[in-house]
Amino acid sequence: MTALWDLFLMAAFVDNMPLTLFLGLCTFLALSKRPEAAFGLGIAMICVLGVTVPLNNLIYQGLLAPGAWSWAGLPDLDLSYLSLIAFIGVIAASVQVLELLLDRFLPSIHTAFGVFLPLLTVQCAILAGSLFMVERSYTFVESAVFGLGSGFGFAVAVAMLAAIRSRLAYADLPAGLRGLGIAFVLAGLMSLGFASFAQMAAAQ
Amino acid sequence: MAAQLNVWRTLTDPLIRQNPVTLQILGICSALAVTTTLATALTMSISLTVVLTLAAGVISMIRRHIPDTIRLIVQIVIVASLVIVIDQILRAYFAEISRALSVYVGLITTNCLVLGRTESYARHHAPIPAMVDALGNGLGYSLILIVIGGLRELFGKGALFGTQVFPLAETGGWFTPLSLMLLAPSAFFLLGLLVWAVRSFWSEQVEAPEHTPPLRVEPAE
Repeated sequence: MTALWDLFLMAAFVDNMPLTLFLGLCTFLALSKRPEAAFGLGIAMICVLGVTVPLNNLIYQGLLAPGAWSWAGLPDLDLSYLSLIAFIGVIAASVQVLELLLDRFLPSIHTAFGVFLPLLTVQCAILAGSLFMVERSYTFVESAVFGLGSGFGFAVAVAMLAAIRSRLAYADLPAGLRGLGIAFVLAGLMSLGFASFAQMAAAQ
Repeated sequence: MAAQLNVWRTLTDPLIRQNPVTLQILGICSALAVTTTLATALTMSISLTVVLTLAAGVISMIRRHIPDTIRLIVQIVIVASLVIVIDQILRAYFAEISRALSVYVGLITTNCLVLGRTESYARHHAPIPAMVDALGNGLGYSLILIVIGGLRELFGKGALFGTQVFPLAETGGWFTPLSLMLLAPSAFFLLGLLVWAVRSFWSEQVEAPEHTPPLRVEPAE
């Protein structure tokens, strides 16, 4: 149990998706101007990562991994090169299903972050979650924890950045630094802060 | 003549004036992650430019046959197939760099830059202009990656392409490596400063000041 909790904390803070691994930066920067939008994006990320990473884990273990077809008399078949296409397909489909389910059962949540859900199909952080799962060969439970953890880390980071940026909207910045420039500098400062989590993990 | 000029502009505009990374916020994810050394930055630039150009060509060729409702899926599948080819080539011939790039080659599939260009340009233009536009954007992306990768490797290790440029203090030289340059925050700072520098020279790129929080949501990815 503590191992899983450690994995959750590691995925959320030490290997924070946008700030230490630079994943999903496009949405991270584009949707962090208003705190409400950022919050919606964060929740959507938790849901989608929490669903797609374990789902892709099942697909990878059952169909794509080397030796997965040995029950059918094909022990040498290695389909892992197909994992990119399979993962993208799973992600696109599960985003669609999630959208339909939310629309049917929780319409208020659906209207809150409905705009961001389709965008998440082509979000690098989501695909990266699945690719890391393969690279680090997580089990099914571990991959679910890892997905939820990295989604949580993303949500925290984007909410914090949005809060800072909304305060900075009234600041008098140099013209060239307005908007994107200062967002990068802010992300850099936050990333420095998150680097201290890595130190704590190393000290343990 | 006018047509030639047009092609030239399509190719050179994305280098600085319409640069995909510094102006359009496209494709930043991979741009920052792979720039700890110049060699990985260069490999990533070449892979992305090749994938982008080929994908734009293919999608532009079949643009009249893709139903509008499923075009995103079609585009993603085309891009993903090209990325798989590149990934396998890198694994076969450049195993070391491929390991350093880790998952980021696979992530070209969801690079906003690729989908952004195929969606906004290749879908409406003939193959040749589409490929020229893709090549221009690929080069604009590469330019940023190489500048940042070069700076980070030069100041983080005192080296370029793995050969020592500045003599290190440990071996009797004068240069003490700035290890911060190899960590994540410096990539953000460098790109922020680069954006600032570019926008100071080309002032038409400066964003309007926001005295009220904007209601507009920019299209992402």
